[in-house]
Amino acid sequence: MKSYDIVIIGGGPAGLAAAIAAKKEGVDSILILERDKELGGILNQCIHNGFGLHTFKEELTGPEYAARFIDQAAELGIEYKLRTMVTNISPDKVVTALNREEGLFSIQAKAVVLSMGCRERSRGALNIPGYRPAGIFSAGTAQRLVNMEGYMPGREVVILGSGDIGLIMARRMTLEGAKVKVVAELMPYSGGLKRNIVQCLDDYGIPLKLSHTVVEIRGKERVEGVTLAQVDGKGKPIPGTEEDYDCDTLLLSVGLIPENELSGDMGVEMNPVTSGPKVDERMQTNIEGVFACGNVLHVHDLVDFVSEEAAAAGRNAARYVKGGENQSTGQVIALNPVNGVRYTVPCTIDPAKMDDEQVVRFRVGSVFKNCFIGVYFDDERVQHRKRQVMAPGEMEEVKLEKAKLLERPGLKTITIQVEEA
Amino acid sequence: MYDVIIIGAGVSGSSSARELSRYKARVCVLEKAEDVCCGTSKANSAIVHAGYDAANGSLMAKLNVQGNEMMEELSRELDFSFNRCGSLVVCIDKDSLPDLKALYERGVKNGVKDMQLILDRDEIFKLEPNLSDEVVGVLYAPTAGIVCPFGMNIAMAENANANGVEFKFDTEVTGLRPIEGGWEIETNNGTYQTRCVVNAAGVYSDKFHNMVSEKKIHITPRRGDYCLLDKKAGKHVKHTIFALPSKYGKGVLVSPTVHGNLLVGPTAIDIEDKEATATTRAGLDELIEKAGLNVKNLPMRQVITSFAGLRAHEDGHEFIIGEVPGAPGFVDCAAIESPGLTSAPAIGKMVAGIVRDLLDLEENPDFNGTRKGILDPDTLSTEEYNELIKKNPAYGNIICRCEMVTEGEILDAIHRPLGAKSLDSVKRRTRAGMGRCQSGFCSPRVMEILARELNMGMLDITKSGGSSKLAVGTNKDRI
Repeated sequence: MKSYDIVIIGGGPAGLAAAIAAKKEGVDSILILERDKELGGILNQCIHNGFGLHTFKEELTGPEYAARFIDQAAELGIEYKLRTMVTNISPDKVVTALNREEGLFSIQAKAVVLSMGCRERSRGALNIPGYRPAGIFSAGTAQRLVNMEGYMPGREVVILGSGDIGLIMARRMTLEGAKVKVVAELMPYSGGLKRNIVQCLDDYGIPLKLSHTVVEIRGKERVEGVTLAQVDGKGKPIPGTEEDYDCDTLLLSVGLIPENELSGDMGVEMNPVTSGPKVDERMQTNIEGVFACGNVLHVHDLVDFVSEEAAAAGRNAARYVKGGENQSTGQVIALNPVNGVRYTVPCTIDPAKMDDEQVVRFRVGSVFKNCFIGVYFDDERVQHRKRQVMAPGEMEEVKLEKAKLLERPGLKTITIQVEEA
Repeated sequence: MYDVIIIGAGVSGSSSARELSRYKARVCVLEKAEDVCCGTSKANSAIVHAGYDAANGSLMAKLNVQGNEMMEELSRELDFSFNRCGSLVVCIDKDSLPDLKALYERGVKNGVKDMQLILDRDEIFKLEPNLSDEVVGVLYAPTAGIVCPFGMNIAMAENANANGVEFKFDTEVTGLRPIEGGWEIETNNGTYQTRCVVNAAGVYSDKFHNMVSEKKIHITPRRGDYCLLDKKAGKHVKHTIFALPSKYGKGVLVSPTVHGNLLVGPTAIDIEDKEATATTRAGLDELIEKAGLNVKNLPMRQVITSFAGLRAHEDGHEFIIGEVPGAPGFVDCAAIESPGLTSAPAIGKMVAGIVRDLLDLEENPDFNGTRKGILDPDTLSTEEYNELIKKNPAYGNIICRCEMVTEGEILDAIHRPLGAKSLDSVKRRTRAGMGRCQSGFCSPRVMEILARELNMGMLDITKSGGSSKLAVGTNKDRI
């Protein structure tokens, strides 16, 4: 069996950044396994701009952003295999994969980085009643058809869900000559970035109907129309509010699900809130030497943060392989997301092992205006930061300093919450 | 002139076609859809019933028990998935226990073997831990099972085709007229003449029967809504769990599928529109409410798709199989509702026997009753699999990541007899697109393969034939 120090599952933005960081940390034996025909992952179909504002201080398209990392990986001589599907990872880190040239093969890894990304929630998962005609696409599938293959999935479009891909596709379909009639969102707020609502809907006069959902799909062979209805506070359609829209296409942008079948099968412990692995300060899962980053860990809004988080995972994987990690003092601080904070990444912090500064990322559960983010070391509030607006579509963060944590050897819990003014 | 024309390539028509291919005869199947298995046969509970439900002495009871007994050997001959997982009828109400006992007795009279009436709760939970805590008794039928409904239907049709039966798709019968020595059949695709007609038209079988008979029949499409759950939920129950009809209503079944998913359904809603396979909010809500009555902790959040099928329910609730009086050579295979799938092997035999006697057919000495299904690489050892990939690298290329379907399997599905021409026909043959992402990942890839292999444009690829086109133009073509 071949062996590598670090095997990285997935060659999208997370996998690439992890590989580059691990290489720079001094590990040479790295292999990226990528199922598609090229590196770059989902960025390859994200041809709009706006990527890289944080990392490169310029606005790149998805493929351009990916290219920066692909070029760097090439310069560093990082090995990768394309069109290669990983079928299994054993708890002792034997990675089994499949491709046309080598068939089914296994690789022994010293460390594994999970960076498989996420998939789109489908119509079926929403239980939308009606027929099952052609013309119902998840927004990402439509994006691939349009941006990579050049085909129009439809002419008259209704979009359900205001996730970022849905918003981006509203603009894309409009630019390609389709009529986007409306974007309906079940929640009373959008699931996407504010800037995307402005630049993709408002600028093109596309209405966004909050607290609305699709209650019927018409057309047996191809979509002929959908019915929207307003929903009550529990998400139940309100009778009498139905509105019919004639359309040939329904795009769904109703959530992303981290793709963790491989992780689950190998015994990685999951956070039910994110559907991603529980990780510590090094992005390490409950299995030693198995790290996670990117959308497989939690769904991100900006790729810049994916790259940053993945680099940390890569660095830590390298340190793990080289055996140069700091010794733990046995202190493990639990992060406790409450009162509007849905989860945190990481879930725990060992102050001895953390970097000098730890970014803790999280999302809030609804829209908060003029509120504060409060951070507590056990019962003592140590941070109190004003936020004008926080929304579930935008990731939030707090930073923790290693020095401050080391000052408190008895610290057990760091609570992060939303606080009213 | 054909000897036999069968209307409908569902499971009854395809089983009849295969059984008829044992004889020397020119047989043709006319199907209005683009593929076999497009009506009731594709959207049902996929259950091989033990046979205690149907009334004593009915044709339903007889063919159910016969079909059940034939299933194992047939699944080997034709290489489709079948699993004799057993079924439990669950009683959660003491007052209904006599009904459970009556079911047992009916089963015994119908010839169902090895049934057990179990009233000991410990024993019941040992058999099936996730049953409702309210359970007071179960009827255990170890001979019940689950089958791949597409797999069985497609296998029968392929084998019939291999033995000389013609299939004409996208061909809808519009008229029937007796002629000298047989029938003339009018379709949207030309006129056909045949000595004998088999009416296996599912929910439309009343329409064709009524064209030739004074004694009218009436089929009510009885819609059943279903939810299919992720494979993560597939082991929630080991047996097919039926609800004993009680004061709580008729209940719905919860069953593992041969592919490892969990199926919940069906509702029973009588409608008149024979095409109305749309699920409704009310139907799906009813399912979610009833599913929990007999099975606890059902993870309904793991639904990956929902669908509806139409049962061909005739007012008399009995299979109608036989030559129609006053219409010589016109053989009904009508009103095939549950347990129609289970009975299909026996129905085919019975229909073929009737036609053989009518036309005095001789045996076909060249008949070959075995058929090899699409190779599933998962069934191979690593060495065998690697040998296969060396010979055909397409088996090393995963197209559907959820169900781990390779390009090799899809190519096989497209190029075998009665091959796949659309996304859904690939799906029914290979499971590509049937997993948890519901084809979000693989559909553009399968479209490309179909276009390449069938030499079609991407704009001509459909989801399921007809006007179900997936891409409608190219970027900016209307600007």
